[in-house]
Amino acid sequence: MTTKLHPLLIVFAAVIFAILVAPLFIILGAAVSDTSFLTFPPQGFTMRWFTNIFDITAFRTTAITSLQVAVTGTFLALLIGIPAAYAMNRFRIRLPSWLSNVFVLPILVPEIVLGFSLVKSITIGLELPVFATLLIGHTLLVLPYAVRVVGASLASFDFSIEEAAISLGCPPLKTFFTVVLPNIGAGVVAAFILAFITSINDVSTSLFLTGPGVSTLPIQIIAHMEQFFDPTIASVSVLLMILTVGVMAIVEATLGLTFLTK
Amino acid sequence: MVKRLTPWLLAAPATLLVLAFLILPVGSTLATTFLEPKGWIAPYVTFFNSGVRRTVLYRTIEISVITTVLSVIIGFIAAYVVAHVPGRLKSIMIIAAVFPLLTGVVVRSFAWLILLGKNGILNSALLGLGLISQPLSMLYTEGAVIAAMVYLFVPLMILTLAGVLEGIPKDVLEAATSLGATPFGVFRQVILPLAMPGLIVGAVLVFTGSFTSYATPQLLGGEKQMMMGTLLYQRAMVTFDWVGASTVAAIMVVVTFVIVFLMTRLARRLNPMVA
Repeated sequence: MTTKLHPLLIVFAAVIFAILVAPLFIILGAAVSDTSFLTFPPQGFTMRWFTNIFDITAFRTTAITSLQVAVTGTFLALLIGIPAAYAMNRFRIRLPSWLSNVFVLPILVPEIVLGFSLVKSITIGLELPVFATLLIGHTLLVLPYAVRVVGASLASFDFSIEEAAISLGCPPLKTFFTVVLPNIGAGVVAAFILAFITSINDVSTSLFLTGPGVSTLPIQIIAHMEQFFDPTIASVSVLLMILTVGVMAIVEATLGLTFLTK
Repeated sequence: MVKRLTPWLLAAPATLLVLAFLILPVGSTLATTFLEPKGWIAPYVTFFNSGVRRTVLYRTIEISVITTVLSVIIGFIAAYVVAHVPGRLKSIMIIAAVFPLLTGVVVRSFAWLILLGKNGILNSALLGLGLISQPLSMLYTEGAVIAAMVYLFVPLMILTLAGVLEGIPKDVLEAATSLGATPFGVFRQVILPLAMPGLIVGAVLVFTGSFTSYATPQLLGGEKQMMMGTLLYQRAMVTFDWVGASTVAAIMVVVTFVIVFLMTRLARRLNPMVA
């Protein structure tokens, strides 16, 4: 749609977008300040807060846990989510319509309630290890991305191509991997990225699912922040923002950033 | 036989995961609040008899409503501009919205700690301008929580609405204008009704997101501005009152489900494309 924009609207929008980005640049400034407290504009320049991250073992171990959980959880969610999305699109009339609502539940139920319920029923009730429950929680958390984003790709896939391959003698499983999967590749990539970034940033689900020796990076950051108010957290935040930039570059290269407005 | 079962077999692993690790555990959390020996709604009587917990519930509703209203207004105006500016500027604006959206809630809340702290940038600026003589205590106030939450949800609102607003065919707007509608008339009678379903979906996301948030109220509100999420954590992990925590959890689930149910029905009814 095109209509003339009032200059005031443009000014207002410019201010909004500046405010959206500015705080993140302030973190960057605070991270290099040569002071033992958080301040902006930075006083002096130092990289010691960045080296300090690597001296604190808790950041290293929780970062590794976060990556393990995000990659494994996303992979598991895709492993079970893609067949579910496929079944719901390919055999629409043979599956009840409420089934798709089941896969919305992890979005609908408040994350913190999910985490609390899992620690009560699974970690304590079934005596599963903390890491296992954490992984289950994150797999659930990202499952809707796998089912819905891949499902959206499958909705526009022409299943007669698949039938053609099968009727020419290609086995169903081979047909899926050589005919269906390449056609929904963009959806799978999108689901992977959205799921990974959701998992790695998650606080509310992980909150109850961390325990002695097992914690995720965001939970560790909050714990550190409540004790120290030094620029270390600012430098950790900068590293996480670099990760965000990397993810955005992948999105732009594979799907285009406008994908996120759909 | 195997062929008939294929769809079910494919959907089974994901369905069982949700059943075993979400429906059953959350259901059991809700059930415990009704199975108390003191009476089946005793935990809720306890909750609403406690002035502190009632205050937390009302505060959470208040903060969530204010956050939703502000995010909708700011998000709508920004999305409207995004939908209208030429390509290059549009890309910059979308990047400016996506970058914070993909950055975690902890980092974004932390930014507001630096902004609003005693030695924060806002206090330094106000002191420097001579507007105040003492640093203000802005952290751990309702305003701090609301500011950080609006900051959290505006990008989501922009990206939800930009797609909706771009989808409005320009013929429709031109038709309205050529038939004599004023710019405000076009907005009120054409754009707003067409954007309403998207606005409602966005508003629901913001409201439920604020209502169930943990990190932002914890970091910027602290003990003073406890919300439902922080109350749930405190009940469960500090006082080990698991029934009390389950009651908070149950209220959060009920409020979320009711809002989502009512609002999606409303959005469907208001959708001019369907009606």
